Amino acid sequence: MKYIDHHAHMVSRTTDDYQQMALTGCVAVTEPAFWPGWDRSGPESVEDYFRQLTGFEPRRAAQYGIQHYTWLAMNPKEADDRELSREVLKRIPKFLDSPTVLGIGEIGLNRVTRNEIETYREQVELAIEYGQLILIHTPHLEDKYKGTWISVDVLRGYPEIEPGRVLVDHAEEHTIEMILADGYWAGLTLYPQTKISPQRAVDIIERYGPDRICVAGACDWGPSEPVAVPKFALEMRRRGHSEALIQKVIFENPVLFLSQSPRFKIKPGANELVPAAVI
Amino acid sequence: MSPLGATELVDEFFIENRTRLLEIAAFLDRLDRVEGGARDFRMRAFDEALKILSGPSKNRVNEIQMLLSDPVTKPLEELDRKSALGAYDHWRREVTS
Repeated sequence: MKYIDHHAHMVSRTTDDYQQMALTGCVAVTEPAFWPGWDRSGPESVEDYFRQLTGFEPRRAAQYGIQHYTWLAMNPKEADDRELSREVLKRIPKFLDSPTVLGIGEIGLNRVTRNEIETYREQVELAIEYGQLILIHTPHLEDKYKGTWISVDVLRGYPEIEPGRVLVDHAEEHTIEMILADGYWAGLTLYPQTKISPQRAVDIIERYGPDRICVAGACDWGPSEPVAVPKFALEMRRRGHSEALIQKVIFENPVLFLSQSPRFKIKPGANELVPAAVI
Repeated sequence: MSPLGATELVDEFFIENRTRLLEIAAFLDRLDRVEGGARDFRMRAFDEALKILSGPSKNRVNEIQMLLSDPVTKPLEELDRKSALGAYDHWRREVTS
């Protein structure tokens, strides 16, 4: 079994987690830019984070034979700060030529404020201007339905966007239909408490089929699982699903979506170890 | 659809869901032992969710998701806090609207 975790905040994880992921068949991760759990002091701090995502982290992942790609954005948790957001957005284009950048993400809403929506629009327009894939974060818990509804509604105002080049992440039972209905990809992020469990993710595959759905661990600095995707695969097996269907969801689907960026290429023998000296 | 039939699903998953059921029961008993004042909107939503669980619906998870969700599609004018609380206060909305 091999898999791709399209949403993993690896800067918050230890190298032991890379090892566990490699041992369970992970060949590639994609890391959206996000909030570190506390507000940054200014745009320079965010720019350093972008340097970490595009420079250091791919080398750290390579020690375990895992390809590391990234997405750049002003994250939704700080997007209400318009001044910081404007400064961060000015700094993104110079990183877009980096060989491991796949697109703009994770953009979107947190508490669904007017400022957050304005920052979200500007990031959608940045993605359009530079021809980038888009990865959208949807809010948590009671804000998810409202935030997903508005996120999708805003995209309808940009007819130049191809829905198949957008993945709307953190989908749950009450938001999956509105995402798939407009032609977007949906991400199911497997989380111990605030998102979706492997069991409920399998329910969604059983109800809606496997097309345009990816699963990820969304591991970060909080309670989360770097090996959530293999746990999803195990749950699929317990429910009697075929290995072919499991491979479609955890490997072939993310390859299909991510390969729309010319930079995303799975190398043959991607899970072979490389010497630690590359760091 | 699940490749497993009803009997197979119960055989495979009964024990872990029995555990979840007892965890909820224990949580409610724990609250009863310490309860001093009125329960807030989160526990009111929890109680409503329990009614959905024991009802005839075949779409329980969606109904509970929407019970816990902010159903309004109007943005907040200003940021009030960073994090969500887990349940929407439908009862406050009824009072203020």
